[in-house]
Amino acid sequence: MRCVKCKAQAQVEVRRHHAAFCGPHFLEWFEAQVERAVRRERMFGPQDRVLVAVSGGKDSLVLWDVLLRRGYRASGLHLNLGIGEYSQQSQEKCEAFARQRGAELLVVDIPSEYGVGVEGLAELAGRVACSACGLSKRYLFNRVARERGFDVVATAHNLDDEAAVLLGNLIAGNVDALVRQSPVLDSGHPGLVRKVKPLYRIAERETAAYAVLRGIDYVLDECPNSVGARSLLLKEALNLLERDAPGTKQSLYWNFLEKLRPLLRAASEPVALRSCLHCGQPTTAEVCAFCRMTERVAHKLRSRVVAPAQAGREPVGARSGPGPDPA
Amino acid sequence: MKVRIRHQRREVELAGVRSVRELLDRLQLNPETVLVVRGSELLTRDARLGEDDEVEIRPVVSGG
Ligand code: SF4
Ligand SMILES: [Zn+2]
Ligand SMILES: [Zn+2]
Repeated sequence: MRCVKCKAQAQVEVRRHHAAFCGPHFLEWFEAQVERAVRRERMFGPQDRVLVAVSGGKDSLVLWDVLLRRGYRASGLHLNLGIGEYSQQSQEKCEAFARQRGAELLVVDIPSEYGVGVEGLAELAGRVACSACGLSKRYLFNRVARERGFDVVATAHNLDDEAAVLLGNLIAGNVDALVRQSPVLDSGHPGLVRKVKPLYRIAERETAAYAVLRGIDYVLDECPNSVGARSLLLKEALNLLERDAPGTKQSLYWNFLEKLRPLLRAASEPVALRSCLHCGQPTTAEVCAFCRMTERVAHKLRSRVVAPAQAGREPVGARSGPGPDPA
Repeated sequence: MKVRIRHQRREVELAGVRSVRELLDRLQLNPETVLVVRGSELLTRDARLGEDDEVEIRPVVSGG
C-alpha cells in the first residue's frame, strides 16, 4: 500500500476515507483533522486557556500533544482515582509527558481529598465504581477549570467512543443524554465551563497510530473496572460492522449530529440550573450529586473512626506539577 | 515469526504467515481493533512478513 500523498510505503490505512499515509503524512493529516474540528465547531481560539483532561491513556495524551504542537494554551488536569497500581502508573505517564514538554499539569488526588479512592467512594455511597468515577470526573474537571480561570475543558473522546455512547443511548432511549451528546457543550450557566471534544472526527485506531508514530508513552493497561464494560461490547459490535462496511461509525455519529440531534433539541426543554448550596457548582438539585456523595462518605468514614478527609471544601487542592524541566 | 500480543500478555511463534492480513486472520483478530508494529514502523494489512520478523500487536480499543 502506498501513501496517497507521496507514494512512499504507507504505514496507516484510513479505510473510511479510502486513503493510506506514510508516517509523516499521517501525522500531518491527523493534526489537520483536529484543527478542523476545533475551527469548524468553534471550540476555542489561540488566546483561550484550555484544560485538557488527561488520564495517561493514549487518547488524552495524543490530544494534549496535538494542541501543544499547534500552539494552543493547553494545560493538563489529571485525577488520581486511587485505583492501586493502575492509578500510580497513569499519573507517572502524565507527569513524564508534561516534564518532557515543559507543560503545566494539575493533579487532584482523590484519596487525599476525599479520604478514599473512587472505588471506596462508590462502595460507601452505594454506587458502582464507574458511576462514582464518572460523577467525580465531571464535577472536578468543571470545578478546577472554573477555579483556575480556564475557558474550556477538552476531553479526548474519539469517534469510537462517541459512536458507542450514541448506540448505547439509542438502545436505552435515553433522550436527555442524546440531546446533550455533542462535540461542543456550551455552558448554559456561568458556573459551567464549556466542554469540547476535539478528537470526535478521529477513530480510536488512528489515535493509537499517532501515539506510536510520535513515540508517546501511555498506559497500555486498562482500568481493572473496565473489564466487561458495556462500552467495550458496543465498540466490538461497531468494529465488526466497520470491518465489513468501512465508515459505519462515522456515518452513525455524524448523521446523528447533523440530522437527528437538531430535531431532539428543538423538542426538548432546557434544564434549569442553580448553584449547589454547599459548593456553589451548577446543579439541578439543592445540593449537587457530588456533594451528596462525598458528604455521605465522609460521614461513614467518621463513624468508622478513620480520620476524615476534608470533603467538599473549597478550593480543591489541585497542585501544579511537575512543571517545566529544570534542565 | 515471533508475535507479541500486548493485550493478551502472550507471545506466539507462527510459521508460514506471509502478510499482516494472514497474521490477523490466523489469530482471529479484527484489523479495526489492533495495530501491527515492527520495530518503530506500523504495518498496513497488505504488508509482507518474513519468517525472521518480530512483530507486536497492540490493542487500540480502550473501555470504561
Ligand atoms: S473503568 Fe475505571 S476509570 Fe473508567 S469510569 Fe470505571 S472506574 Fe473510572
Ligand atoms: Zn507520504
Ligand atoms: Zn455541591
